[in-house]
Amino acid sequence: MGVTRRKFLGWVGAAAVGTTSMMVPKARAASNKHFEGYPGSFGVLHDTTRCIGCRKCEEACNRVNDLPSPARPFDDLTVLENPRRTSAAAFTVVNRFESDAGEPVVFAKNQCNHCLEPACASACFVRALRKDKTGAVVYDASLCVGCRYCMVACPFNIPAYEYDEPLTPRIRKCHLCQFRIEKGLLPGCVETCPTEALAFGERDRLLKIARQRIDKFPGRYVDHVYGEREMGGTSWLYLSPRPFNQIAMREDLGVQPASRFTSGPLSAVPIVVGLWPVLLTGIYAISKRKDKIAQQERIEAVATTVADANDEMKTKMAELKDKMTREREAMINLEIKKALKEAAEKEDA
Amino acid sequence: MPQETNIPNKSILTPFNVVAGIIILAGLVITVLRFTKGLGAVTNLDDNNPWGIWIGFDLLCGVALAAGGYVTSAACYIFGLKRYHSAVRPAILTAFLGYALVVLALHYDVGRPWRLPYPIFLSPGTTSLLYEVGLCVFLYLAVLFIEYSPAALEWLGLKKVRNLIVRMTLVLTIFGVVLSTLHQSSLGALFMIAPSKLHPLWYSNYLPVYFFISSIFAGLSMVIFEGTLAHRFLHHKMDATHLRESEGVALGFSKAASFVMMGYLSVKLIGISVDNNWHLLFTGWGLWFLLELIGFVALPAFLYSLAVRERNLRWARWAAALSVLGVVLNRLNISVVAFNWYLPSAQRYVPSWMEIGTSIFIVTLGVVIYRFITTRMPIFYEHPDFRHDI
Repeated sequence: MGVTRRKFLGWVGAAAVGTTSMMVPKARAASNKHFEGYPGSFGVLHDTTRCIGCRKCEEACNRVNDLPSPARPFDDLTVLENPRRTSAAAFTVVNRFESDAGEPVVFAKNQCNHCLEPACASACFVRALRKDKTGAVVYDASLCVGCRYCMVACPFNIPAYEYDEPLTPRIRKCHLCQFRIEKGLLPGCVETCPTEALAFGERDRLLKIARQRIDKFPGRYVDHVYGEREMGGTSWLYLSPRPFNQIAMREDLGVQPASRFTSGPLSAVPIVVGLWPVLLTGIYAISKRKDKIAQQERIEAVATTVADANDEMKTKMAELKDKMTREREAMINLEIKKALKEAAEKEDA
Repeated sequence: MPQETNIPNKSILTPFNVVAGIIILAGLVITVLRFTKGLGAVTNLDDNNPWGIWIGFDLLCGVALAAGGYVTSAACYIFGLKRYHSAVRPAILTAFLGYALVVLALHYDVGRPWRLPYPIFLSPGTTSLLYEVGLCVFLYLAVLFIEYSPAALEWLGLKKVRNLIVRMTLVLTIFGVVLSTLHQSSLGALFMIAPSKLHPLWYSNYLPVYFFISSIFAGLSMVIFEGTLAHRFLHHKMDATHLRESEGVALGFSKAASFVMMGYLSVKLIGISVDNNWHLLFTGWGLWFLLELIGFVALPAFLYSLAVRERNLRWARWAAALSVLGVVLNRLNISVVAFNWYLPSAQRYVPSWMEIGTSIFIVTLGVVIYRFITTRMPIFYEHPDFRHDI
């Protein structure tokens, strides 16, 4: 096995990791750029008013993705009695929503919404998830470590994990049938839908169609295209006869793409990397210098004390010497006087 | 004759060894299950709750409580507080073991542990905070290993290498503080990507700041807490310097912890004000939040300050234990309790006994290795050949 280009680049990247990649996170907290999706990228419009809950899309999805066959067959509609979410064995699920007010039942299909700026791809620390030019958010199992941070990050709770695989678990989710799109085929679910509740096309066109439907039948739809702006916009778009939070679609997600939530802390990285060493070295230098000055002052203080003591000693010694000299002189004088006196007395005698 | 054979047996079958042995055995059984049957067989994780206590406790608490390493070495070598010198080696050892065990625990949690180097060497996802965490933990583990190595090298008698490494102390310490600042804060910032899932009282733009500040007092408290245990069980290994300085370390660290915790409380209050979450304090979640903040931050901070004023070591130790519990509670609240708070209770995560067992197993492993090293290498005492040599 030789060195592939990717591996080589990986090594080069790793070599530069301490400097460049930590310094330049692809976060644009302070910029006014807004990514509106790759031009001409695809999406799907799901008109829930047309969905009859037949689960044909689930069946098609299962077939084109070679997923394990479910415990209960797809024509068993009692499955709809309980709300479901996507799982490793089902990339899409249809849920049924009753209403107290006697309004008609609504069915809504749930799968990866293929965000324009996906939370999962932003969260993935090994780039196993990315937004493809087709519009699909695709996954590369050959890179995935299995940390499941994408599942934490996804605001729609879509990615699922193969918890029963001990050594080779994968993240599993809808990939918009990217491999079919590239062959010029429709996604499995769209192809099979008998009521045209699913429409595939360029996202920009789908948005226009959705708006036209709302304009044409204002009584049939709430005046909102879900996915136009939610979490920065998604490639899947939804129309609903009832407020979206009544069909288990959160309305409190906001319009910021998920990457905006983490761009702040990421932009703090260069500040810490650049400033901390300077500050800490400064603190070290100051404390060291303080110690040094304190040490010097101590030495000087000792020196002056010693010098003072010496001076004092010297003056005392001098005084003493002086005194002694004087005393000795006095003694000598006295002796001389005495001798003179004695001599005089002798002479007298 | 039987008495003769009993003596060596007795020295191995101490209560500590028996309990530790049983826990480690159970841990090994769970390890086999994890790597043959998968996460599904061992944990209560599911598609809505991808992270459990292996992340919430083993990773988040493990890293926070191992902060004593960078805090103590910074105090001693950067801030020049030489009187804490005897506390540096135990703190560095705890930090090194803590991080090593965090990485070990990750091998259980992630799907393909042998790919853990991928993000660093093969395909770096630089937009992810987890990438920052991974890179920093990887580098910091290496730094901690080098910082710890002089103890092992003295034990092995390799003077030259030991002296070379000791000369790098300052650079390593600064590098350690930079890396710790980054990944301690990033562990909090991990959750910023999911404002729709974390309860607003815990979600904040200041999450990285909260995590960084709380790691400081977590580290300080752990040094005091661990010192308490070490004095009880490893007293005979400590030299005169260590024993003479230990009270000063405990009270000095108490003072620092008290100050930092007060600062943490202020930032928390600012956080509540910025998001205007005051009204949420009067809900059930609010009471739980207040319990964490008042019972496990404000109370120990106050207790610390009393301990310092009265020079009361017992209070300092109680405060340390409360603070450590508080940090554990905070990390679990953010990663498990208040995460997915809006889901119906049937869909909430409660750890399985095997998840708890694995966490206990990993902590026990840490204690056993800690004991092995401290009873052999110069951690609580200065090696006679290297005394007064930094």
